Amino acid sequence: MVNRDIYKGRQFIILFFFGIVAIIYVIRLFFLQVIDDKWKSAAENNAIRRIVNAAPRGVIYDRNGAILVDNEMSYDLMVVPFNVKDLDTIELSFILGIDTADLMARLRKAKAYSSYVPSVLVKQLTPQMNAYILERSHKYKGFYVYPRTVRKYHTSGAAHSLGYIAEVNYNDMEKDNYYALGDYIGKSGIERYYETDLRGTKGVRYVLVDNFRRDKGSYKNGELDIDAVPGKSLWCSIDKELQEYGEKLMKGKRGSIVAIEPSSGEILALVSSPSYDPSLLIGSDRGKNYMKLQNDSVNKPLFNRALMAQYPPGSTFKLVNALVFQQAHIVNNSTLYSCSMGYAYGNRKLGCHGHASPLDIIGSVQNSCNAWYCRGLVSMLENRKYYKTTEDAYNHWYKMVTQLGFGQKFNSDLPYELTGFIPSAEFYNKHYGQGRWKATTINSISIGQGEINATPIQLANLVSTIANRGYYYPPHIVKAIGHKDSLNTSFNQKKQSGIESKYFEPVILGMERAVTGGTARRAAVPGYRVGAKTGTAQNPPYADHSLLVCFAPLENPKIAISVIVENGGFGATWAAPIASLMMEKYLTDTITRPDLEASIANRSIYYVK
Amino acid sequence: MKSRFDKRLIVYYLILVFIGFLSVLSTSYKQGHFSFQTSYGYQLIWIATSIILAIVICVFNNRFFWHAAPWLYTFFTIMLVVVVLFGTERSGAKSWLGIGNFGIQPAEFAKYATCLFLARRLSDMHCDLSKKKSLIPILVIIGIPIGLILLQNDTGSALPLLFLVFALFREGLTPWILIIAVCAVVLFVLLVYLPQWIVFALVVLLFAWMMFRLRKRKKYHLGLIIVFIIVTTYIFTVDLVYNQVLKPHQKQRIELLFGKINDTKGIGYNVNQAKIAIGSGGFFGKGFGNGTQTKLNFVPEQVTDFIFCTIGEEGGFVGTTFVIVIFVLLIGRIISIAEKSQNAFVRSYGYCIASIFFAHVAINIGMTIGLMPVIGIPLPFISYGGSSLWAFTLMLFTFVMESRNDNWD
Repeated sequence: MVNRDIYKGRQFIILFFFGIVAIIYVIRLFFLQVIDDKWKSAAENNAIRRIVNAAPRGVIYDRNGAILVDNEMSYDLMVVPFNVKDLDTIELSFILGIDTADLMARLRKAKAYSSYVPSVLVKQLTPQMNAYILERSHKYKGFYVYPRTVRKYHTSGAAHSLGYIAEVNYNDMEKDNYYALGDYIGKSGIERYYETDLRGTKGVRYVLVDNFRRDKGSYKNGELDIDAVPGKSLWCSIDKELQEYGEKLMKGKRGSIVAIEPSSGEILALVSSPSYDPSLLIGSDRGKNYMKLQNDSVNKPLFNRALMAQYPPGSTFKLVNALVFQQAHIVNNSTLYSCSMGYAYGNRKLGCHGHASPLDIIGSVQNSCNAWYCRGLVSMLENRKYYKTTEDAYNHWYKMVTQLGFGQKFNSDLPYELTGFIPSAEFYNKHYGQGRWKATTINSISIGQGEINATPIQLANLVSTIANRGYYYPPHIVKAIGHKDSLNTSFNQKKQSGIESKYFEPVILGMERAVTGGTARRAAVPGYRVGAKTGTAQNPPYADHSLLVCFAPLENPKIAISVIVENGGFGATWAAPIASLMMEKYLTDTITRPDLEASIANRSIYYVK
Repeated sequence: MKSRFDKRLIVYYLILVFIGFLSVLSTSYKQGHFSFQTSYGYQLIWIATSIILAIVICVFNNRFFWHAAPWLYTFFTIMLVVVVLFGTERSGAKSWLGIGNFGIQPAEFAKYATCLFLARRLSDMHCDLSKKKSLIPILVIIGIPIGLILLQNDTGSALPLLFLVFALFREGLTPWILIIAVCAVVLFVLLVYLPQWIVFALVVLLFAWMMFRLRKRKKYHLGLIIVFIIVTTYIFTVDLVYNQVLKPHQKQRIELLFGKINDTKGIGYNVNQAKIAIGSGGFFGKGFGNGTQTKLNFVPEQVTDFIFCTIGEEGGFVGTTFVIVIFVLLIGRIISIAEKSQNAFVRSYGYCIASIFFAHVAINIGMTIGLMPVIGIPLPFISYGGSSLWAFTLMLFTFVMESRNDNWD
């Protein structure tokens, strides 16, 4: 018999060992559960998915409330491979218009990605496909249709102004952490400038997911969820009909039409030709179409000529000089300059065409006399009563010209405008040497040739300023944000031109006479008093550009226009009738001269470049 | 003589079973409809049958299990053989015996039978664990089920039987076994973190110091040298044994435990998710039914081997500590009753089941909190599953019944 009571003490060793283990475990649990926070966030990352709902993008209306761009539901066919049962692949491939092998390949790809997480099987179903599948949804277990919104254009025009949206790239996401992969962002035009207004606010939904990331219902009954806020609507200053009409007239020609409402600076039409249908840049073919447009190096449809093309303004620039010379007290209503088929200086001569001589300001505008402006510029730059040197005089001239909006951007909501070019005194100093140039050296600038370049919108703004007799509002393209009657206040600050109002009257009178009995007769609009100035910008070795700036009605201007038809020859030939039709369309909403319209719209200019 | 069942043991049992049911319910209950065709539905059936089983046991004569022990042991040993030959395989281990739609795991019951038979053997007045003659049959009794369970490819289930060494220790087994085991584990852990030659150098230093201290007592010298040779052999062969004997997944689990593998997706997924679930519970837990990690299947085997995660996530530190305290009280109470018993069989049996319970609790909870390698064995009374609940109920209530007439308190 063994007495094991001698081992009784061993119970305490055993109990001690068990107890130590228990204490170690409790300490470990204390660290795991109470001290260390990382497990809590890991748990949330595990089980809570943040699902972002895109906000519908703001609608863009024209100035009269017609929809230019809105959203359309687009349906993607989604598949959860795990739930697919008894699939009739032949019928489904028939509905989707793809062959069965392609369908099977897509299904395999989806399954390879995940059996439980939905994958996109087919993007952007047609409405018929959608209807077919919804009708037969009981047959297609594991499939469902996921709605998303895409842009829908209600106009084939205004592509450059409206711009387009595209999926964000890495840089966009870097710059603004609002964006996540797959989001859309305005890439140009209004879509870009007003991105923050149009995009709205994304909604967030928190859902619980399991280890296969299957949706298991909302987290905390959705109390943390945020509804998406739709983007704000925009009322564009564009007149849809006028815009489309302008594009129709410009068909087959290169150039642009810019129409501005002088009293507000609102752009009524911004035509750049050739253009493209904005609908090309939505949907699944966006990338392909964009490359096609970008690679069209002959027509350059993506190039917005209205804002970016820089032309010598030609005779339209005489309006500027007529104003500047008056303001500088170089000429007045009684100043007469003679012209003998041009202006001779040294052994050179700047030619002119036949007209009465001598001319006052009014006559010089009406007849577009080159000599008059050469003499005016010489009188100003070589005037030693007002200015110590030619350079001083030139600086004064330069200051007044730039104050009219030339040589700089308006920096409004127009994307990618260029500045044009007004040479500074330093420019000439560099080129000719300080003190080595005088009025006659640079006198081609008096008639808008030489170094001077202007963009179509700058010319339109010039006529707008003239129509307003002294001031302008920066041209802009969005009237109202959020509410139709709200004013887009960013651009309603009046800019003074620095030219006194009284100096405009003779210029305007000259412009009117140019229409009634001068170079711009073809710009006339029946029943309205119109002021216009033609321009013919030399473009050696190619044909001249045809320019016209105009506004109407004279007494109460409603529209100011600049038209440029590249290689169109004389301003009167192409630009004047186009401007006339545009004004008539806008002012009367009817066209009384359908023959003229047809002859303009249907004729193309053959471009060799 | 008046029968007195130990109320405390019964209360601890009921608490643990109730916590187990709540945990299973929490992870598998779907709002709105109750069904028996779910995990909690089955668990309810198993709890009910277990309680019936417990009541049935309590009406037996308290010599019954002493008599039945060899027969039960033989029966379940045969069952283990049957499983090895005809069992069904589930998740890599061939440990299930299918009877109709039901499957049982004989290994769980074999542990019960082993405890009974071992206790009977130990309570034999001629059994002296310091004698080889007595020790060998004991090792055979424990060795047979271990061998058969290993043949089922279910290393985890065999492991708790090794913990019976605590019971043997109480009944007179030389403490050297425990000391050697502890030394082997310590050396192993050292070898995981340190290069072999550093460990060897440390051992050389230790023995040199001991030789120096014992330089005058010649009788120890031979022993010390033999121990030194054994330890050296261990140091240089453990690597080999480790690589040859353990399966790749077992090695990975051990390496994961010691932080040799840093992985949260593949082999480390289970443990990482278990820690996330428990760690996210915080002090008070997320509340019943609010555990996202366990409810949403992030934790694998969440109602069986990893059920402690649900307790940790929903009950927080309070819940986990409570469960550990209940287990400590339960095991402590068993040992206390065993010590007070006049009956050697009751005492030995008490120590046997206390060892088994301790093994299961320590390994299971240790695994979920990253203190033990992943070994798939159930948490007694709490884990989902019929076999384990029945087997643990049998173990505990056999003890409750056997000890009823003892003058404890």
